[in-house]
Amino acid sequence: MFEEIGTTTEGDLIINVGPQHPATHGVLHLVITLNGETIKKVEPHLGYIHRSIEKMCESLTYRQFIYVTSRMDYLSAHINNHACAMCVEKGMQIEVPERAQVIRVIMDELTRIASHELWWGAMAMDIGAFTPFFHAFREREKINEIMEETCGARLTMNYYVPGGLMADLHPDFQKKVKEFIVLFKRKIDEYDELVTGNIIFINRMKGVGFLSKEDAISYGCSGPAARGSGVNSDIRKLYPYAVYDKVQFDEVLETGCDSLARYMIRIREMKQSIRIIEQLIDNIPEGDFQAKTKAVLKLPKGEFYTRVETARGELGVYIVSEGGTTPYRIKFRSPGFSNLSALDHMARGSKLGDLVAMMGTLDLVIPDIDR
Amino acid sequence: MNNEELKTKIAELLPAATFDETGEWLNINVEPADWLSFAGKLRNDDSLFFDYLFCLTCIDWKTHLSMVYHLSSTKYRHNIVIKSKLDVARPEIESVSHIWKTAEFHEREVYEMFGVNFLNHPDLRLLILPDGWEGKNPMRKDFEDPINMIKL
Amino acid sequence: MLLTSAFLIPCSLFKLQKMWSLTDISSAIHNWLNQTFNPTWALIIEMVIAGIAVIGLFAVLGLVLVLMERRVAAWMQIRLGPNRVGPFGLMQSMADTLKLLVKEGMTPDGADKFLFNLAPFIAMMVAMLLMAPIAFAKGFQLWDMNIGVLYISAVSSIMVISILMAGWASNNKYSLMGAMRSGAQIVSYELSAGLSILTIVVLTGSLNITDIINAQADGWWVFKGHIPVIISFVIFIIAVTAETNRAPFDLAEAESELTAGFHTEYSGMKFALFFLAEYINVFIVCAIGATLFLGGWMPFHIGHWEAFNHAMDYIPSSVWFFGKTFFLIFVIMWFRWTFPRLRIDQLLNLEWKYLLPISMFNLLLATAVAILGWHF
Repeated sequence: MFEEIGTTTEGDLIINVGPQHPATHGVLHLVITLNGETIKKVEPHLGYIHRSIEKMCESLTYRQFIYVTSRMDYLSAHINNHACAMCVEKGMQIEVPERAQVIRVIMDELTRIASHELWWGAMAMDIGAFTPFFHAFREREKINEIMEETCGARLTMNYYVPGGLMADLHPDFQKKVKEFIVLFKRKIDEYDELVTGNIIFINRMKGVGFLSKEDAISYGCSGPAARGSGVNSDIRKLYPYAVYDKVQFDEVLETGCDSLARYMIRIREMKQSIRIIEQLIDNIPEGDFQAKTKAVLKLPKGEFYTRVETARGELGVYIVSEGGTTPYRIKFRSPGFSNLSALDHMARGSKLGDLVAMMGTLDLVIPDIDR
Repeated sequence: MNNEELKTKIAELLPAATFDETGEWLNINVEPADWLSFAGKLRNDDSLFFDYLFCLTCIDWKTHLSMVYHLSSTKYRHNIVIKSKLDVARPEIESVSHIWKTAEFHEREVYEMFGVNFLNHPDLRLLILPDGWEGKNPMRKDFEDPINMIKL
Repeated sequence: MLLTSAFLIPCSLFKLQKMWSLTDISSAIHNWLNQTFNPTWALIIEMVIAGIAVIGLFAVLGLVLVLMERRVAAWMQIRLGPNRVGPFGLMQSMADTLKLLVKEGMTPDGADKFLFNLAPFIAMMVAMLLMAPIAFAKGFQLWDMNIGVLYISAVSSIMVISILMAGWASNNKYSLMGAMRSGAQIVSYELSAGLSILTIVVLTGSLNITDIINAQADGWWVFKGHIPVIISFVIFIIAVTAETNRAPFDLAEAESELTAGFHTEYSGMKFALFFLAEYINVFIVCAIGATLFLGGWMPFHIGHWEAFNHAMDYIPSSVWFFGKTFFLIFVIMWFRWTFPRLRIDQLLNLEWKYLLPISMFNLLLATAVAILGWHF
C-alpha cells in the first residue's frame, strides 16, 4: 500500500505543489520531498509559462520590445518598462525631460504600492486568512483607476517610451493621487490591525524561512527578500536613477532574516512609497513629457545594462547591440528567478505549512521567473 | 575601487586576463580554463570581495559563445563584467555554483537555452524546458521552430 | 414582527406561546397516535416521523448554514455575497445542491472503492446520531437519555473515522496528509472539549441534558458559574472549532497546502455530504455549547426583575435555543473569516501545552466551586 501512494523506499513522501495548486499563484511547479510533515527537499520545475521573451525581443525594434516586458512581472509593469526605456536611453544618450522623470517615479511608486497590496492580500490568503485579500483589492482598485485614466490600461500599462512618456498626464491625476494618499494612510493602519498584530500570524511568520545575510547575497536575492536579511540592496538608493536622488526616503531594512522581517519590509516600503509620492505630486515640473527622438532607434554597437528596483527586487536589463534596429541579445535579470533559487535552502527542515509562508513572503510572480 | 584600481588588482591576480573598458563597467576576458580559480579569488580576495553575482548569461555570436558574468560587491559597491569565450561545438566551462549559489539556477537556464555544459554542476538538469526536450537549444541563433516562431 | 406584536397585545400572548410550543404539538401527536393505534405501532410511526423530521431539519439546516456562511463572509469581506437566486439569494444553496446532485460522482482509479464511498455516509450518520439528545425546545427532544453528554462526546469521536477513511481510501497524498492531520487534531482537541463539558457535568451533577438545562433556570452557567465556567466556555469554543475542522484549525483541508485535504478526490453528492456534515457538525457543537453554557432553551432571566423575566418567558423556547445556537455559529464563522491558519505543530502545541493543562486545572477549580457551593 505504501508503494501505491508514491513513497520511496526510505519512507519519504513526494508531493507536487503545482502546476495547478492553490498555493502557487500561477503555474509554478514544486516537487516536495517530505518526511511526515517535514520538508526534506524542494525542487522547482519551471517553464509552464515561459514565452521566451528574450528571444522574442531579438526580432522586435527598440520601440516595440518595451511592451513585451510589461508581461514579465505584470505587477510592476511600469517599472519593467522603466528599466527597458532607461537602457535604450542610455544607449542612445537621450536626455529625458524632468517632467517625464518625475512622472515616471510617481508611477513607479504607485505600481509598487499596488504590487505590495496584491502581495499582502495573496500572502494572507496563503496562510489561511481570506478577508485581507478583499480589503487589499479595495485600495488597489483606486490605483488601477488612476492608471487607467492616464495610461489607458490597468495592468500592462505600456506608458513609457524611449525618451519619456507615451502621453501627458490626465488632468485629474494629481487630485486623485492626493485623495488616494489620504485614503491609503488610513487603510494601512487597518491592515496592521487586521493581520500584522495577529498572534497566529506572528507565530506563523516568526523564525520561518530563515535566510542569513551571507546566503541572501550568495543566492542573489534582491528586493524585500534581501532587505529582510539586512542586505542593503535597494537600487533606488545604491544606483539612483530618474529622480530618486532628489527625494527623501529611507531604505527599509530588517534584520530578522525570517518571513516576518520580509513581511514588515513590504509594509514599511508602502509607507516610504507614499512618502516619495507626497514629495513629488505637487512638484511635477512643467515642460515636455517626451524628448525629441528619431523615428527609428538604432543603438550603437556595444553593451548596455540598467538596474532598477521593482516591487520584487532588482531587475536588470542587459542589451547587446550590433548597431541595428533590433537588439542582438537581450537578457532580463529577473528578481523572482534568483529569489526562487533560495527557496529550497530556506524550506529544508521546516513544516509543509511554512512553505506557503515562505513562498508568500518571497512574493513570487511566475511570469517574472519564467519570462 | 574604481575601474583603474580594479584593473591593476585583477592584472595581478590573473596576468592572462585582457580588459575592455568601452562599457560602463570594466570588462574582463578570461579563458574558460582559468575561470574557476579566478572566480574563487574574486570572491574571496578581501579588497575585491565580489560576493554578489547579479547576472549570469550567455551570448551566441554564431562563431563562438560568450559567457557573461556580472559581479558586484555588497561591501565596496564596485561592479565588473567577466566574459569568457566558449567553443561553439563543445561549449564547456566550470560551474561556479559553489561560489555563488545563485549560479546554480542561472547555469541550468544557460545549459538548456544555449547548451553550455557546466562542469561539476551539482544538478545539471532541464529547468525551464519540458522533460525529454530534444533538439536544439532555443536561445541559439540557429534555432528554428516553424510552428511557434513568428517571423516579423 | 411576531415578537413585537407579542409584546403589544398581552392578552393574546398566552395563546401565541401555546401555539408555538413544540411540546404541545409533539404530545398531541403522541396522544393521537396512541389512541388510534396500539402502542407498538404508535412507537414505530413516531420513530418514522422523528426520522423524517431529522432528515428535513438536516436539509434545511444545511441550506441555511451554507447561505449564512456565504453572507457572513461577504459581509466581512466588504462584498455582497449571493443575491441573485431567489429573493436575497435565498435559493442559492438550493441551486448549488441541485448542481452537486447532477454532477458525476467520480471514484479515482486506485481508490479503495468500498471505503471511499462509505466515508461520506459515515460522516452523515454521525451528524444524524448527534441530533438525538439535543433539546430543541422545552420538552422537545428526540431521546432524553440519562447519559446525554457522554453520548455526544462518544458519538462525535466517530467523525474522525470517516475522515481517516476518506483520506486513506482516496489513494491521494494530499488526502492522506489531510486525514492524518485531522486524526491528530480531532483526537487531541476531543480532550479539552471533553474536559470543558465535564466542568458543567460537575456543577450540575448530571449527564442528562434536561437536568443540565433545568439547572440553568435561575441563570445560565456562563453567568452563574464564576470564572471556571467562563474559562471552560472559551476552551470549549476553541476546541469545537478545531474538532469541526474550521478555520483557524482547518488544517485537514488547508487549501493552500493540501488543495482540499481529505476530500480532494470527492465530487458531486459525495462531496456535498462531507460539506453538509461539516455544517451540521458546526450546528451540533454550537447547540451543545448553547445547551451547556447558555442554558439551552431557557430564557434569559435577571435575578428578581420579575417583569423583565416574565417578558423573556413569552419568547418561545425554540427561539431562545436557535437564537443562542446561531449566535455561536456566527462567532465560529467570524473566526474563520478573520484568523490565519495555524501550523500543525502549533496546533498540537496549543492543545497539549496550553489548553489541556488549563482545562485540567480548571476542572479542579470547578469541582471546588461545586463542592463549596460558590456558584450562584
